[in-house]
Amino acid sequence: MANTYTLIASNTLGASAASVTFSAIPATYTDLVLRISARSDNANLYSTFKITYNADTGTNYSETRLYVQDTGTISSATQGSRSNNTARYETGASATSNTFSSFELFLPNYAGTANKPISHFGVSENNSTDAGISTYATLYRGSSAISSIELGNFLGNFVSGSSFFLYGIKNS
Amino acid sequence: MPATYEPIATTTLGSAASTITLSSIPATYTDLRLVFVHQGNTANPFPILRFNSDSGTNYSYTDLYNSGSTAGTQRVTNSTRIAISDWGTSSTTIPALSIIDIFSYAGSTNKTCLINHNADLNGSGYVERRVGLWRNTSAINALEISSTQNFKAGTTATLYGILKA
Repeated sequence: MANTYTLIASNTLGASAASVTFSAIPATYTDLVLRISARSDNANLYSTFKITYNADTGTNYSETRLYVQDTGTISSATQGSRSNNTARYETGASATSNTFSSFELFLPNYAGTANKPISHFGVSENNSTDAGISTYATLYRGSSAISSIELGNFLGNFVSGSSFFLYGIKNS
Repeated sequence: MPATYEPIATTTLGSAASTITLSSIPATYTDLRLVFVHQGNTANPFPILRFNSDSGTNYSYTDLYNSGSTAGTQRVTNSTRIAISDWGTSSTTIPALSIIDIFSYAGSTNKTCLINHNADLNGSGYVERRVGLWRNTSAINALEISSTQNFKAGTTATLYGILKA
């Protein structure tokens, strides 16, 4: 049986970059998985980056969040009509050196015409204060197939060594 | 490299239905993953999961959730099913995504699963992360997803098998 979990594209940064874009994503898979190892040069312990599909900056994004930072209480929030989705906790420049945060996004039926629910996990561990875990239900209300994904920092850049892997999964 | 993530079965509802059953699951994989993209014909379809047609009180689950803007936790014991979600989705136009990982499903120990439910509704919604237990030592050969209400036409359930080698 054919392997159905296939690498579509990857990008491991050799120099810092404010954003990374996967474009010309073929519509031949059922689902997409995006796996990220990232660190920001922003002078904080952790940072947040944004996710935009098909270069759409309209208010077609929303997210329902669960997250906890350090040893704090669990936080929750719901945001509608955003112009992007977000991902936290991205390890920042003040965190333990050579430490990168990890993210996974799962995008089912990305090539369909329906609204697109997307699962998100993000973690940053620091052997100190301000580690974090986030898990979101996100939504992109676009009716076109997702053919590009842009990941961009709100502040600063992804540092060299940050890596981005996009996989396609077929259900047959 | 050998294929280690293979589709076992997929179902797309052509008309509304309250139950989806995936049966005759081969015992040849290490783990299972079920990807369930669903909408209710009416609000809050409350999807549940059972294994091998067992409706005894052999299930339990513990979860962490945000139901709108309220974070919470929950534990349910001696249940007749594992809830995939306590809410499903309250929209009939925006689909919800549930990803269910079932570990060592063909082994001879009790079975655990991890459920990742996502139903953002643009200003409201639900996110639920849940661990479930089925206290049975038989291999899982059938999965049943059901609801007291119908799932809408177009709902899809795909079962993948994952091999460790």
